[in-house]
Amino acid sequence: MADHIDVAQGLPANPEKATLEGKNKFLGMWVFLGGETVMFATFFGTFLGLRKGTVGGPTAEDLFSLPLVFIMTMILLTSSLTSVLGILAMKRNNFKTLRTCMLLTVLLGFGFVGFEVYEFYHYYHEGLGYTTSAFASSFYTLVGLHGCHVLFGLGWIITLLARYWNAGGVTLANAPKFYSASLYWHFIDVVWVFIFTVVYLLSVGGA
Amino acid sequence: MSDEMSKPFPKSAMTEDERYELKRETRIQVISFAFMIGLTIMSFLSVSTETIVTGFAIPFILLLGAVQFFLQLFYFMHLKDKDHGWPNTFFTTGLVLMTPMLIALILLLGVTKW
Repeated sequence: MADHIDVAQGLPANPEKATLEGKNKFLGMWVFLGGETVMFATFFGTFLGLRKGTVGGPTAEDLFSLPLVFIMTMILLTSSLTSVLGILAMKRNNFKTLRTCMLLTVLLGFGFVGFEVYEFYHYYHEGLGYTTSAFASSFYTLVGLHGCHVLFGLGWIITLLARYWNAGGVTLANAPKFYSASLYWHFIDVVWVFIFTVVYLLSVGGA
Repeated sequence: MSDEMSKPFPKSAMTEDERYELKRETRIQVISFAFMIGLTIMSFLSVSTETIVTGFAIPFILLLGAVQFFLQLFYFMHLKDKDHGWPNTFFTTGLVLMTPMLIALILLLGVTKW
């Protein structure tokens, strides 16, 4: 693997794809994301089908607060930028910036999860339990599934940071791992774009 | 070999051209981020202000969502770059499979009966 590439000149320009292992991780990640798209689509379809089924319980218009969703969106979007900047630093062989950017991503991710927990807690106290209505179940399942993805991504990046904090620099072994984690993080952001549009804005907009 | 894999590099092997290209790339990424923030603000505003009629606001926010989706995928996730043929194929396959499923679920659950 590593012996097929010339490492005498320094870190290759695209360290995440310099080795066969890196190329495989890159492709595998995209297969996985293609599959994730289909999985999220089933949950979106279910929510869109069931969202009017409130059976006398609280409706989306009663509950959703746009300012909170707006803050959550901004946090997640910014965390996507920090992970992009981290990967660009990785390509420049700047390990310290990569570390800092990924740490920022994690902090912003925790901010997002914190707001989501607060949001669910608030809705629950407004009378929207998981089994209250078809709307409630499909809403909690879709948005909760996204929240679980965020948590999983946080665990992933934290593990990488803990393992490689003192690695001394970008290597051919850790570059593909950081790159895959950042792809996953962007995907989470892509899904959130649809959640805030389809779940929150459509409902509040009266569609 | 495993030594090679976990050995940090004292410098980057990037050429001047590649360095310049990466600087340009960084600028493009930051611009597309600013663009996405703008799109998000626009879609939130179009729903929260009373002046915009629902008939316009709903298709408008869906369109903005689609634009953001492409910006994320093609810029932040680098689908626009070369040697992304297979990633494009995988992701497009996901989208192709997704579309009839989404429509079927909306129709079966939402229109036929819920």
